[in-house]
Amino acid sequence: MVEAKIKINSQTGLHARPASLLVKEANKFKSNICLVKHDKEYNAKSIMSVMSMGATFGDEIIIRASGEDENEALNSLKSIIEALKD
Amino acid sequence: MLRGIGASSGVAIGIARVIKKTSEVEKVLIKDTQKEIERLEKAIELAKKEIEDLKVSSKENIGEKGAEIFEAHLMILEDVEFIGAIKEKINTEFINAEYAVKLTSDEFAQIFINMDNDYFKERAADIKDIGNRIINILLGKNNNSISSIKESCIIVAHDITPSETAQMNKDLVLGMAANLGGKTSHVAILARTLEIPAVLGLGNITEVVKDGDLLILDGDNGLVLINPSQETISVYKEKQEKILLEKRELLKYKDVEIKNKLGRKVEIAANIGNPFEVDIALKYGAEGIGLFRTEFLYMDKTSMPTENEQFEAYKYVLEKMKDRLVIIRTLDIGGDKNLPYLNLEKEMNPFLGLRAIRLCLNKRDIFKTQLRALLRAGLYGNLGIMFPMISSLEELKEAKNILKEVERELEAEGVEYSKDYKVGIMIETPSSAIISDILAKEVDFFSIGTNDLIQYTLAVDRMNQNVSYLYNPNHPAILRLIKTVIDNAHKEGIWVGMCGEMAADVNMLNTLLEFGIDELSVSPPMILKLKKSSGQAS
Repeated sequence: MVEAKIKINSQTGLHARPASLLVKEANKFKSNICLVKHDKEYNAKSIMSVMSMGATFGDEIIIRASGEDENEALNSLKSIIEALKD
Repeated sequence: MLRGIGASSGVAIGIARVIKKTSEVEKVLIKDTQKEIERLEKAIELAKKEIEDLKVSSKENIGEKGAEIFEAHLMILEDVEFIGAIKEKINTEFINAEYAVKLTSDEFAQIFINMDNDYFKERAADIKDIGNRIINILLGKNNNSISSIKESCIIVAHDITPSETAQMNKDLVLGMAANLGGKTSHVAILARTLEIPAVLGLGNITEVVKDGDLLILDGDNGLVLINPSQETISVYKEKQEKILLEKRELLKYKDVEIKNKLGRKVEIAANIGNPFEVDIALKYGAEGIGLFRTEFLYMDKTSMPTENEQFEAYKYVLEKMKDRLVIIRTLDIGGDKNLPYLNLEKEMNPFLGLRAIRLCLNKRDIFKTQLRALLRAGLYGNLGIMFPMISSLEELKEAKNILKEVERELEAEGVEYSKDYKVGIMIETPSSAIISDILAKEVDFFSIGTNDLIQYTLAVDRMNQNVSYLYNPNHPAILRLIKTVIDNAHKEGIWVGMCGEMAADVNMLNTLLEFGIDELSVSPPMILKLKKSSGQAS
């Protein structure tokens, strides 16, 4: 299992459009991937789950991946969240 | 007779079609969970197909913006957590698919309702919409009664959702009546765009009216008449006929050009208060947007609109208007128009208090967010930024400084923004009119806001019935001020528009043309009336 901490830098947070980008990307990997906010896990492959996290500007979240392609998954999701800007 | 809110004008006479949306779902215990899951999966596939169709028809009827919502609906239908939760309920609780869908969509909707961000809150409705769609398919009911209409009728519903207005056959829907909704609700705006009469906020019309009742919808007066007498019907038929003739007549004037006394063409632009209204404006031949009020972004909310939310709204209008000027007014709020989340102090004299540009200069973060969104959106069209309620040169300079500051910040962050935009001010305080020669050196245009200018100049609160008789647009003081403003502007080589009610007053048109006004901005349906009354030929 690998994980990384990351801060949401988008003013609008993870709402529909960024969330759907993220979910589409997550679904490309075989690993189990989740996002963690306030110790609660959210399924990164589910738009409902990612949106129900309600991540807004400045929130710190953890990306956690486990599986055969966990490293690639982690890196790719990390770069998507980092690139989020309004 | 029922009284509601006249949300879209016109008269409709027709048979009621009552839309009952929420299907009753009963809990049934089942044995064969595998079979139940297969039923569910089939229903989901059908739902996806329905939504794909909706997406296409809504793109045709309302445009890209309207279709976006269905993209999200499709993703929900493919969501592992959502669908997973439904299947799990079937498997572990041995319940029918309908009930499992209902429980799950209620659960998920509740999560979103509890969130403290408006955007996320509103997603609850999308989830319920999806849930109902699957349930109706499972029950073998035709989900979209509105889209399944085969004969012309008046739609009667509890609430009419955007997805429903998108899919209804415009030629068959004579009018719309609903328990919920108001003048600014989404359906009202769409009804006006499609020119379908609508009466909303009726409370309980779905309980009072039955399928097949004959209805008259009076969109101008917000009335619904149920099974009226022949006599009433013929009165309304006449009225309807008249409206139709007027409309047809007016369209002849779409290409009329109005000229002022200097022989210059006067731009006839539209006032809008919501991005969707740009479509109405274009339909009536608006030559620009003379006033785009941005308050809708801030009202009826619990928190400030984000920069991106604003950016999208501005961009939408700018793109639609292409190279025509779109004048967007910065936040005009405060005084009587309060925002609960701003925690403004109660004032003794709200109209003389912290409002409009004064509020923006006081709460710079709000102002700067709006300016950032405006400058970024400026890349997509021909942008004019307009400051309201300017009363001194210092105020204008300060507002312009902040605008420059925002430019520098965007530059430093490497964010793309428009460098080619116009800056103007509303002339709505007597002081700004009197020093318009000085202010004209600082801006690209003026727009005279007559409602406030008259109220401030004549010291008359026109909402106060005891003094409203003094509210007189023809008062020499007002005419002198307007003339002064136009002359001063022309001396500095800038143009002057007018966006208050006087601009739409056909009796004032000749005076304004005589003064040399360069632009008149009015509500979209007034555009053609104005062109007609000018008596000038195309």
